[in-house]
This record gives sequence, C-alpha cells and structure tokens, in this order.
Amino acid sequence: MTQLPLWLQGLVALLLVTGGLFTLVGAIGLLRFGDFYMRLHAPTKASTLGVGGVLLAAMVLAWARGEWGLQPLLITLFLFITAPVSAHLLAQAALHLGLPSQAGPAPDLPIDAPGDASVDASVDPPGATPPRGD
Amino acid sequence: MIIEWALHVATVAVALAALLCALRLWRGPSVADRILALDTLTINAVALVGLLGLRWQTALLFEAVLIIALLGFVATVALARFVARGDVIEQGHEQGQP
Repeated sequence: MTQLPLWLQGLVALLLVTGGLFTLVGAIGLLRFGDFYMRLHAPTKASTLGVGGVLLAAMVLAWARGEWGLQPLLITLFLFITAPVSAHLLAQAALHLGLPSQAGPAPDLPIDAPGDASVDASVDPPGATPPRGD
Repeated sequence: MIIEWALHVATVAVALAALLCALRLWRGPSVADRILALDTLTINAVALVGLLGLRWQTALLFEAVLIIALLGFVATVALARFVARGDVIEQGHEQGQP
C-alpha cells in the first residue's frame, strides 16, 4: 500500500474519511429527526453515499494495483439501484400504517394503483378508500 | 500511512453509526422505524466488511459484501411489503376473483 504515489494515497484516504463521515451523519439523522418521513430521508441518501465513498476507495486501490475492481463497482451499482426501491416500499408501509408527519396529515392516496398518483384528495374523502391488502 | 489512518477513522465512524442505528432500532416508535433501522444497519455492515476487506487486502470479503447487500435488500422488501399489505408474495388473487 505504501508504494502508491502520494496523491493517490491522499485520494483514497479522502474517499475513506468522507464515506465514514457520511455514514455517521446518516445515522445521526436517523436517530435525531422528528418523524418517520424525515428519518427515511437521512440514511437512504447519506448511507449510500457513505458506502459509495468506501467502495470508490476500494475501486481506486484496485485500479492502482492494476486489477479490474469489478466487485466494488457491482456492489455500488446494486446499492444505488436498490436504495430507492426499499425507501419507496418503506414509505408505502408508513403511509399504510398512517404514521404522523410533522408536515401535516398525509394525502389519502391510492398507494396500490400504479400510474394514479395524482394528488386529488377532494375526490377521495378520508375514510372512503376501499380496504387494501386483500 | 495516510490510508491506514483513514481506515481507522472510517471504521470508527461506521461503527458509531451502527451503534446509533441500533439505538433507533431499540426505541423506534413504529414498525417502519425498526425496519428502516435494520436496513441502515445492513448498509453499515456492508461498509464495515468493505473496510475490513480493504484493511486485510483481500478481494474475498467483497463477495461477502455483495451477499450481505443482497440479503439486506430482500429482507427490507419482504418486511416492508408484509407491513404494507399483510403478505409478502401476493397469492390468491386469482382464487379471490368471483
């Protein structure tokens, strides 16, 4: 590891420290934000960026050794694809549970209907939605 | 030299982040909070095992990281769908039709 040029060592170290600190910031946001939707915001962005920093450092090290570095690239791609999906499903679960938000009550969306995401709460009064999850 | 120092800093930061996620997992007021904390714990485990693979200079651990990330995603999707719909893999729609 010490035979690398100095700027490459500095780049890898900067990526590592940035990744670790972003992961820590995401966890602090997860712990300290006020309601669930804000807590959903914090780790889904910061943790992917943190893990992305760490894996980017791994990629740079592998490239500096003359290897391909495909595994960190695969992991980064996988995390960047799956993080919005899991966040979307968690938001669906929270809307289904009716968790309170500090931004006011959630609009009564038909969350199961794809392509029907137009916010029109006046058409659909609260309590008149058909039962979901059948 | 710089890289070892940065590895120490990043490992301590990620371990602290995992501790905070465990705290949120413990006192999360709702089920969705706990699922979110578990998902973030999985991502922190990904970061920790990746840092360990960097420290030990082995590419073997990155395959383990890939498996951990995949299992964490599948677990999060299954738990969230179970909470949201009461069913993980939807079956019985055809039988339920009159």
